[in-house]
Amino acid sequence: MKYLNEFRDARLVSNAMAEIRSATTRPWVLMEICGGQTHAIKRYGLDQLLPAEIELVHGPGCPVCVTSLELIDKALAIAELPHVIFTSYGDMLRVPGTGKDLFTVRAAGGDVRVVYSPLDAVKIALQNPDRQVVFFAIGFETTAPANAMSVLQAKSLGITNFSLLVSHVRVPPAMHAILGSPENRVQGFLAAGHVCTVMGYWEYSAIAERYHVPITVTGFEPLDISQGILMTVRQLESGTYTVENGYPRLVTFNGNRSAQAVINQIFRSCDRKWRGIGMIPDSGWCLKPEFQDYDAELRFQVDQIQPEESPLCIAGQILQGIKKPHQCLAFGEECSPEHPLGATMVSSEGACSAYFKYG
Amino acid sequence: MCLGVPGKIVEIYEVGELRMGKIDFGGVTREACLAYVPEARIGDYAIIHVGFALNLISEQEAQETLDLFKEIFGP
Repeated sequence: MKYLNEFRDARLVSNAMAEIRSATTRPWVLMEICGGQTHAIKRYGLDQLLPAEIELVHGPGCPVCVTSLELIDKALAIAELPHVIFTSYGDMLRVPGTGKDLFTVRAAGGDVRVVYSPLDAVKIALQNPDRQVVFFAIGFETTAPANAMSVLQAKSLGITNFSLLVSHVRVPPAMHAILGSPENRVQGFLAAGHVCTVMGYWEYSAIAERYHVPITVTGFEPLDISQGILMTVRQLESGTYTVENGYPRLVTFNGNRSAQAVINQIFRSCDRKWRGIGMIPDSGWCLKPEFQDYDAELRFQVDQIQPEESPLCIAGQILQGIKKPHQCLAFGEECSPEHPLGATMVSSEGACSAYFKYG
Repeated sequence: MCLGVPGKIVEIYEVGELRMGKIDFGGVTREACLAYVPEARIGDYAIIHVGFALNLISEQEAQETLDLFKEIFGP
C-alpha cells in the first residue's frame, strides 16, 4: 500500500537509528503522546533499536483509557435501558466499568452495537425511529470532526432519537498537566500526528516555550517515529525547544480549517475528568447549549452512580509516564486483555496491552 | 483510536448534502465522508479515520521526507 510500505522500510529505519545513535551524547526521556505510536514502537521493536540513553515513556493519548469511570458507568446504565440502542467504537466494549462492561450488558440482553463511524449510528437512528440511539462519542481532536458531523447530520435529517454521550478530550491541556506535575520526567514530546492533522500545531509553541521542551509532530510508521525521535533528540542535544513538523505529508501549521469550523460549531471547551489522572481544567469538549437536545447525559437520568476502581490498577501513573506497565504487580497476573482491571490493558492503543502483546 | 489509514479516493458522490467517496485501501474498498477535504479529486490519497477523510496526503511532502532519509542515511 502506497504511503505505508515506504515508511516501514527496514533499511531506512536502521539508518535512522544509526543517525539517532550518533546524535545522542546524554540520557533523554521522550514521551510519545499517542497510544497508536506506543503500539507501533512495541510492535516494530523500535525501543530495542534505540541507544540506551533514550527512554520512551508512553503518553495519555488513548481515549478509551482516559474516559472516566463515571462516564463508562453512565454508558452501562444507558445501554441497559430497554428502549435504547447503544452504539460505540469496538474498543469500548471490554473497558471495565464498576463491576461490568458493555459486553456484559449485551450478554444480558442490552442492544449494544459496534459501529465503524458515528454516521453509521445516525443511520441506525433513521432506521429505528421508535428507539433511542445513543453514540458513545469518545476521542481526542482526531475523532471530533466525525462526531461533530454526526450531530449536524442528525439535525439536517430531522432525526430526534439520536444523542451523543460525549467524552471528548484534548491533547494540549494534558501536556500542561504532565509537564506541570512535580513527578514529571518528560524532556521532549512526539506530538500526535493525526491530532495535528486536524488541529495543526500552532497551539504547541506556547507549551514548548513555557516548559522548555522540544515538540515534534510525529507520524505513526516506523520511519515517521524514528524521524520524530531524531528531530527531538537533535533539539535536546543543542539546547533548543521549538515545535517542529516531522509529519509534513499530512500536517500543516493551521491544520484542517473546515474540520475545526464544524468542531467549533458543535462543541465548546469544558473541564474534563480523565480516568486515572483526575480533573484537568478546560481539557474537554462538550456540546454547545444549542445542541443540548443531542446530549445523552441530559436525555437520560442516570445519576445514581457510584464508581469504584480496581485497587490494584496503576493505569493513572502509566498514562502520565511515571510508571511502565511491567512495574504493575497485577500485570499479566490478575490483569490481562481477557480480564482487564484497567482500560490501558484493553485498548488497541493502551500501553499495558502493547507490553502484553509485544513484550 | 487516532489511527488513520491511508487510502486512495476512487469515487466521489453526494449523499443528501454530504460529500462522500469510495476509498481503496490496497484492495479493500470502504465508504468515507469527504466533507472535510472539499479539494479532493479522484486519484488523491487521504488519511481516513472513523469513516472520515481528515486530510489529503501531500505526495510532494511524502517524497521529500523519503528523499531526505535516503540522502541522510545513504543509498
